[in-house]
Amino acid sequence: MIYVKDANLNLPWNEVNVAGNIYGGGTSLDVNTGDWRLFIPAWIEEKCKHCMLCFPTCADSSIPVKNEKREDFDFKHCKGCGVCYKVCPFDAITWEKEDK
Amino acid sequence: MAYNLKVEASKPERFVGGHRLCAGCGAGVAVRGVLRALNDEDKSVSGVATSCLEVSSCLYPFTAWNDCFIHSAFENVAASVSGAEAAYNALKRKGKVKDTYKFIAFGGDGGTYDIGFQALSGAMERGHDMVYVCYDNEAYMNTGLQRSSATPKYAEVSTAPVGSKIPGKAQFKKDLTETIVAHDIPYVAQTTFMTNFKDLHEKAYKAHYTPGPAFLNVLAPCPRGWRYPPEDLMAICKLAVDTCVWPLYEVIDGEWKLTYEPKTKLPVTDYLKPQGRFSHMFKPGAEYMIEDFQKEVDKKWERLLKKCK
Amino acid sequence: MGIRERLSGNEAVAVALKQIDPDVVAAYPITPSTEVPQYFAQFVADGQVNTEFVTVESEHSAMSACITATAAGGRSATITSACGLALMWELLYVASGSRLPVTLAVVNRALSGPININNDHSDSMGARDSGWIQLYSENNQEAYDNYIMSLRIAEHKDVMLPVMTCQDGFITSHAIENIELLEDDKVKKFVGEYKPEHSLLSGERLSIGPYDTPMFYFEHQYQRARAMVDSKKVILEVSKEFGELSGRHYGLFEEYKMEDAERAIIVLNSTAGTAKAVVDELRSKGEKVGIIKLRVFRPFPMEELAKALAHVKAVAVMDKAESFSGIGGPVFGDVRSACYELKTRPHIINYIYGLGGRDVPMSDIQIVFDALKEVVKNDNPGEIYRHVGVRGV
Repeated sequence: MIYVKDANLNLPWNEVNVAGNIYGGGTSLDVNTGDWRLFIPAWIEEKCKHCMLCFPTCADSSIPVKNEKREDFDFKHCKGCGVCYKVCPFDAITWEKEDK
Repeated sequence: MAYNLKVEASKPERFVGGHRLCAGCGAGVAVRGVLRALNDEDKSVSGVATSCLEVSSCLYPFTAWNDCFIHSAFENVAASVSGAEAAYNALKRKGKVKDTYKFIAFGGDGGTYDIGFQALSGAMERGHDMVYVCYDNEAYMNTGLQRSSATPKYAEVSTAPVGSKIPGKAQFKKDLTETIVAHDIPYVAQTTFMTNFKDLHEKAYKAHYTPGPAFLNVLAPCPRGWRYPPEDLMAICKLAVDTCVWPLYEVIDGEWKLTYEPKTKLPVTDYLKPQGRFSHMFKPGAEYMIEDFQKEVDKKWERLLKKCK
Repeated sequence: MGIRERLSGNEAVAVALKQIDPDVVAAYPITPSTEVPQYFAQFVADGQVNTEFVTVESEHSAMSACITATAAGGRSATITSACGLALMWELLYVASGSRLPVTLAVVNRALSGPININNDHSDSMGARDSGWIQLYSENNQEAYDNYIMSLRIAEHKDVMLPVMTCQDGFITSHAIENIELLEDDKVKKFVGEYKPEHSLLSGERLSIGPYDTPMFYFEHQYQRARAMVDSKKVILEVSKEFGELSGRHYGLFEEYKMEDAERAIIVLNSTAGTAKAVVDELRSKGEKVGIIKLRVFRPFPMEELAKALAHVKAVAVMDKAESFSGIGGPVFGDVRSACYELKTRPHIINYIYGLGGRDVPMSDIQIVFDALKEVVKNDNPGEIYRHVGVRGV
């Protein structure tokens, strides 16, 4: 049996994880889904009351929270859906077309 | 312990970004919400039925699951997870597993209401200590918006299109939650995403930590399939609840309890109007569809109120 | 010394399961394999095993539960026949594709339709391309021995493929015959513990069964195909070790009076017993006949079989299953292909026989040997795709 931790895309058959098992959790963090965005949110820290209402609405786990305080968006994974912008009661999130 | 979103939000994430679910997808929100209710010290094994969630969240060599994950087929997730739970019991007994594991099966409405129904019924009846979570987005979204038995009446879907003779799906939505209640398992609940997620969180917590089988039916809107702007996810959920199209309740050992009662019950049109899948219901001559839909919602709501008294 | 007993084929498998004491058994009743989970349920009820017995609501769920139980690090087993195996079909491929060493005792029965509860091999033959190792058993003893060996083969690190062990429904599953069992401790020691390198409950974080894109799917299939090829060596190693333990020796197939045979029949499972009796009779009349009883059908022992048939003038492959290919049964196709590269190769014809529990008397085997005599005499196989035992044919 062959067990390889990291799979790169050009590995030959005998270096690919058996049966497509993935060892270690959360390896999708390597994937940049931020480039899917058409719109981009911005966090206005001064206005944020850290109420956390935005946090659970994010399908992409892209609103990091540490010690009960939110931090800036994880733009590598945020797809720009705008749900967080809509739920913020304090106008602490803007949401605009992204310039690429 | 009282629900505190700040505390919950500070927990390590069990379902991370980088998956391929669409922007604003309800499935991802549902999974995060359910897993967040696990105690920090507990490990989990999630089985996922073939679905948008499965193909998007675990695509070799990238997994969004930070605990353990297994997929094997579409119609078997309840049986699959019951096998993990059985192995856990055996290995625990033999002292080969030390940690505490929780077992969760995730299926979409197709994998739960339809093709996976037999396996679900079997697993609930056998009494495995597991939670079955249906993320209900009311059609086969993974294969391109085909009708399921969870699709609401009149909704336009690709195998029940709106035509000159037939106005979308012909049947009302199957009431799966009640069907599972009839299995007389310890915990059954219906929920969706409300403001601070207290409703979903508390139900998920009870589901995880009530010994024996538990079932959660989570309305998980699909912006593409339902044709509403993705940013309106939370508004759509709120309207589903406030119109009583998707009432929030739980059944604990046969005791029915409403967990949310709208201050003012809104007309179903408030929920239907923002969604493209119902747009034909607002054309001249289609008034009967609205009436029919409202009548059904009213009937079921009244029936639920009686059960919850 | 082993324990002398009298058991049916079903009891023999149930006893093997009891001695192995797997972590999870998930099963659903279907004739003629039903007795195995019944016996096992009694072992559970009497506390003779420490197994989680999951009484699933279908064979589909039985295989699903076994797959995940094995992925979780448990040793799992199931039992089925015919339509039950057909209902597992989808998951058979998942078990082997996920490289999970589930073991399955198949009690061969005809597939519907029309529905028939009696023996033929249409069920397991239909699963021959599902990535499962297949072992066939002539009698209760072989069903018992093969089942015990199947765990070691499946769980070997160079294999990690599921194994189905087959025996004939009713003919051996329900017939009580003498058997020599191994002592419990010997079986336990032989099978050891299932210790996969990775599993869902080991404390690690692991995802099994991903969506596999065109970028990797082919490599994963190649790994599985290679494992099947490599399993042949492991089957022989495990069989050798089992032989040392039990005194019963198994190879990829059994050759019966083949040394100087000019005519040979290839069979699987219980028909081998009938065929051996016919061979003995013909040999007493000076006829140079023999049989080969295939034990391992997957992986197919191509080179070994070709070598065993190189000196034979005419061979009849007896298939207890149709393939509806229009050119013969499944075993026939593989045997004929195996012989293609021989410098001098035998004529090879096919007989479909015994479908749906049709009795297979010695006279049918005699008909086949007689037909081979004609083939040899004419140096011409004539009709290749034949049937025996069908009225009017």
